[in-house]
Amino acid sequence: MKDGVNGVALAVFIIFFVAVTVIGFLASRWRRAENEHSLDEWGLGGRSFGTWVTWFLLGGDLYTAYTFVAVPAAVYAAGAAGFFAVPYTILVYPLIFLFLPRLWSVSHKHGYVTTSDFVRGRFGSKGLSLAVAVTGILATMPYIALQLVGIQAVLDVMGVGGGENTNWFVKDLPLLIAFGVLAAYTYSSGLRAPALIAFVKDTLIYIVIAVAIIYIPVKLGGFDEIFGAASEKYTAAKAGGLVPAEAGQWTYATLALGSALALFMYPHSITATLSSRSRDVIRRNTTILPLYSLMLGLLALLGFMAIAAGVDVTNPQLAIPQLFEDMFPSWFAGVAFAAIGIGALVPAAIMSIAAANLFTRNIYKDFLRPDATPAQETKVSKLVSLLVKVGALVFVLTMDKTVAINFQLLGGIWILQTFPALVGGLFTRWFHRWALLIGWATGMLYGTLAAYGVASPTQKHFGGSSKEIPGIGEIGYIGLTAFVLNLVVTVVLTFALKAVNAADGVDETVASDYTADAGDSGVAPVAPASAGVSH
Amino acid sequence: MPEVTEESDLPEVPEAPEVRQLAAGQPVVTPVRVVIGFCLFAPFVALLWVGSYAKVDPAFIGIPFFYWYQMLWVFVSTALTMTAYQLWQRDQRARKAAALDGGVSA
Repeated sequence: MKDGVNGVALAVFIIFFVAVTVIGFLASRWRRAENEHSLDEWGLGGRSFGTWVTWFLLGGDLYTAYTFVAVPAAVYAAGAAGFFAVPYTILVYPLIFLFLPRLWSVSHKHGYVTTSDFVRGRFGSKGLSLAVAVTGILATMPYIALQLVGIQAVLDVMGVGGGENTNWFVKDLPLLIAFGVLAAYTYSSGLRAPALIAFVKDTLIYIVIAVAIIYIPVKLGGFDEIFGAASEKYTAAKAGGLVPAEAGQWTYATLALGSALALFMYPHSITATLSSRSRDVIRRNTTILPLYSLMLGLLALLGFMAIAAGVDVTNPQLAIPQLFEDMFPSWFAGVAFAAIGIGALVPAAIMSIAAANLFTRNIYKDFLRPDATPAQETKVSKLVSLLVKVGALVFVLTMDKTVAINFQLLGGIWILQTFPALVGGLFTRWFHRWALLIGWATGMLYGTLAAYGVASPTQKHFGGSSKEIPGIGEIGYIGLTAFVLNLVVTVVLTFALKAVNAADGVDETVASDYTADAGDSGVAPVAPASAGVSH
Repeated sequence: MPEVTEESDLPEVPEAPEVRQLAAGQPVVTPVRVVIGFCLFAPFVALLWVGSYAKVDPAFIGIPFFYWYQMLWVFVSTALTMTAYQLWQRDQRARKAAALDGGVSA
């Protein structure tokens, strides 16, 4: 892979990249609304997306470039243990079927843009809302950084990442250009840009996976050969295996469940959700989004194919890009690389918008400028989206990649701690706001300390996300253990605080807000699908 | 043995409180809703019970059981969620109609 630049692949990659850039800038004219200078428009695409746009947007948002690189990389390195991403993404949908429509309704009724907006309104607590907002921003930042790591992996394999001895500026120039462009169109088009680009991204990904899953096994002599080779490798390495050993099953299940609970706590998931036009769009999407899970499962199998194809990389992250380079003709490798590269741009854009919205609504407006106008809010959000991306870029360029990965791992543990306040709040007002806050703090503290104490062969701290579950003795996902602890503390303290009649905040929502649909009184009517696509 | 599902907290296990206020006088738990709950809960039991599928045989076109079984669950789970969606739509329409007929204001 260090044998120079793959010209054809690079050319194809650049063509797609330019096309996507044009789309990104044109997106601001797509379904343009009268009032451009509101956060609803820039940050939520006018809350106007129908079933299919939402499907592409959520799919493009949740299944990131890093996922495409990391899931097969985990399978390549460890076998079965890396496959937990499949049950995880299956379980997400029955779960969100239950609570997401309620969040959509109450958010529309009250004009909430972020999850923290809802928490503040429901529990009348700016402190709790701030905790949720800060957790969201902290968890999102490293996630954006990892999208860059995904692009870097592709650039490396194409030969434009530069070797170890190139000067840093030349080495990082392609990444800087990619990110500059991304930042510019996110700034000008807001959520509409990733929504349109997601069409390109997902189409490319589906084509690449469909081809890869047929073409590569045929070339390698069938799945028997592939799994045979993989099995030999794991046995020889004395690490991993084709099925999880008895001891690894708890880890597998808790990782799947914990990750499923956490996914829709991430700000970028919620941003994409709230941009949909009606309550029904969400429910319908829970029945069609699993197509992406199937794709993810097939993608994970590529990890085994990389082994069988003799891909030998010290950094597992490069396994899949390298497999594409080795197996595909140059032009199609270029398409595959474009799929991963664009796959990084969509979530990076949405994540930076989501983090910016959190800052604007729940820190700037709540604490710094309570009288900010919608136009000011939008301006602040746009600027912060830039800052967030620059921060992620600096993070990736100045620090070791493992730092970003460690933080993303922590981010998953942290974001799960907002579950009781958010999902609990959607169903009941029983929890006390202080109990939720202390429960959250307990979960955060336990999760961080536990993760700090995990060593791996290569790292002394943050070496993994699983640890012995106190009281059970099995190895399980730290995030889930912290979540259970969080919940127990919240319940016990709620009883205690209610017993002493501690002051509880004012709830500005009423029961019927949670079932309101577009067109009901007080809810914005279905956005006029007036223009359609007007280029 | 991995009875993982036992300790897993799913605080939002469905009892569908959505229409409580809408449907005064109508029962909250009905057979249809139990079926909806089952449809949404089944994937959790199946997939979190890792011991039930952590094996290589029977393989399908060379793919070990562990992998194709979980991918099969993508389809099973989708079918179950779709069923739940259809039943829920019907349930809501019926309740709205009943509420209007009975003169109960929504």
